[in-house]
Amino acid sequence: MEKKSYQTNHRRIATALSIIPGLGQLYNKQYLKGIAFLILTGAFFGVFADLLNMGLWGLFTLGEQTPRDHSIFLMVEGILALIVLLFGIGFYLFNLNDAYKTGLKRDMGERLSSVKEQYNNLIDNGFPYLIMSPGFLLLIFVVVFPIIFVVLLAFTNYDLYHSPPAKLVDWVGLKNFFDLFQLESWRQTFFSVLSWTIIWTFVATTFQVALGMFLAILVNQKDVKGKAIIRTVFILPWAVPAFVSILVFAGMFNESFGAINRDILGFFGIDPIPWMTEAMYTKVALIMIQTWLGFPFIFAMVTGVLQSIPEELYEAATVDGATNLQKFKNITLPLVLFATAPILITQYTFNFNNFNIIYLFNGGGPAVSGANAGGTDILISWIYSLTMTSAQYSKAAAITMLLSLIVIGVALWQFKRTKSFQEEDMM
Amino acid sequence: MSIKRQKYIRLTLTYIVILAMFAVIFYPLLWIVGSSFNPGQSLSGSSIIPKNATLAHYKELFDTNQSPYLYWYWNSLKVSVLTMVFTVILVSLTAYSFSRYRFIGRKNSLMTFLILQMIPNFAALIAIFILALLTGLLDTHLGLILVYVGGAIPMNTWLMKGYLDTIPKELDESAKMDGAGHLRIFFQIVMPLATPIIAVVALFAFIAPFGDFILARILLRTEEKYTLAVGLYDMVAKQFGAEFTTFAAGAVLIAVPIAILFLSFQKYFVSGLTAGGTKG
Repeated sequence: MEKKSYQTNHRRIATALSIIPGLGQLYNKQYLKGIAFLILTGAFFGVFADLLNMGLWGLFTLGEQTPRDHSIFLMVEGILALIVLLFGIGFYLFNLNDAYKTGLKRDMGERLSSVKEQYNNLIDNGFPYLIMSPGFLLLIFVVVFPIIFVVLLAFTNYDLYHSPPAKLVDWVGLKNFFDLFQLESWRQTFFSVLSWTIIWTFVATTFQVALGMFLAILVNQKDVKGKAIIRTVFILPWAVPAFVSILVFAGMFNESFGAINRDILGFFGIDPIPWMTEAMYTKVALIMIQTWLGFPFIFAMVTGVLQSIPEELYEAATVDGATNLQKFKNITLPLVLFATAPILITQYTFNFNNFNIIYLFNGGGPAVSGANAGGTDILISWIYSLTMTSAQYSKAAAITMLLSLIVIGVALWQFKRTKSFQEEDMM
Repeated sequence: MSIKRQKYIRLTLTYIVILAMFAVIFYPLLWIVGSSFNPGQSLSGSSIIPKNATLAHYKELFDTNQSPYLYWYWNSLKVSVLTMVFTVILVSLTAYSFSRYRFIGRKNSLMTFLILQMIPNFAALIAIFILALLTGLLDTHLGLILVYVGGAIPMNTWLMKGYLDTIPKELDESAKMDGAGHLRIFFQIVMPLATPIIAVVALFAFIAPFGDFILARILLRTEEKYTLAVGLYDMVAKQFGAEFTTFAAGAVLIAVPIAILFLSFQKYFVSGLTAGGTKG
């Protein structure tokens, strides 16, 4: 490549001057813009100097003396400072780039755009940023900010014994993660919760998917009468708010007055079962309830897919002498699975984090002696009780990080396979 | 075995399965309706068809001196409706700019949204709690609504962007030729065409806060500010069984309207979810 040479060197000078934002623009004779940039820069430091100074110091040390410094507030300020700093850096880079580009135009002898054109340009290019900014700001404060906070928390010793304002919180590096895997009590609880989470996710989801599909195919048979009514009834468990149903089931499975033990099992002459006090039975009950709650969704989806399969496919198969089973295996099943695969995977991730059913049914219990998690706690409900009842904030944060990594991993793997990634211009 | 006989057996088995499912679906629902009419507070000695049915529990719920149920109902409605309104506004704006404009940072933002929608927003509950404490938003509905809206943005933005992408760009380009400004194109051309997806997003944004338990549980502290999920849970958990029939009445009062609402909008739900699943 031949290097272009210009007689003037405006672009370099403008960029160099823009080390202080605004000067480069002034040099480029864009006075209004230059002054605006200068004022913005001044205002930025004027308003945020304290926050940046205090926040970054706080983030680094997490406080030095107890009554004066509140480690957690300092951390929050620190994250705010980081976010502000990031915006500042973004603006700074934009400023450098702008000065360079305008300088380049001057070097090439092009006419510079007038103030009015600049204004129009700003409106046109700025419009998407403008209309996005409210949503984006909210997202930063209620979603991104908490995530950063939790990630940082995972590397501290914040718990009941290191709790501001009485005590300071310190950075401890990877200690929480090491504890989870090395300290006997934590490791045992962690792995038993993790394994139940995985079993729960697979068994409960598979049951609801299988039942939903089976019923959809059953009802979709041509000679079944009263399809509309049957379908409405099968959707009912989905229509009732889940928290209501779960609480109702908690009553039904209650050992002293619940209908399951008293009316149903009693009717068949079976002894009462300790649904709420023995982990094994609670688990069975949870899986049955989730199947009840979850199958209508799959049922509705699969019914939609089944109705869109063209009749000719089956007719052609009949002509070729296929049996019902063959038709099902070679036409129905592949089409249904193909169309619903992405949704099926979200069902698994949903149950992986299905806090409501675990907590509302039995509070993650029954309690297990010697462990700080209940017998049916899954990761998310364990995190909840670590945070809200035993104040193990940093451990909870570390587990949250591990859990998020699992979920993101699975979800990314899934989205890589959907077509939206392959379509051009989709992204 | 003749074909006719085979068909007969198949249909009989089908109907047996369907009837069994009917029983499994209706039993808990009827049980709770029956419980709500049972006299007395506890369920011992009650039956699905109560011998001397009473409306006492319903009356109790409607009396704000006896029970804060009406406050909970009102809170839930308020939070859900406001969340719905704000979500629809913010999501329309964000999805529109992602769909129609090519700007610096677009690709990275979309990627960020995709990852954010995978993390359940209550995973960071410690942080949300502390943040609410610091900003004085603890125990306010505003704080709760902000968290719900923020959490709803990533997923619904993708959902709506997928739909907006299918509206031909030529429409807005020709409007631009005719001198329509950015806002005019947005309000008068694209939004009217996007009504179906707006309905879906609104529906999701209404239902999600209604069924949410964990965030409301963490953020709301006083009984009169509870939403239904938290309030009803408290009613059951405080002294299990002691107030169960009242809880049952409360459950019926909430389940019936929501179920009716849901059944009438059910087909939008399915279409919205499939659209989101395959397109975005």
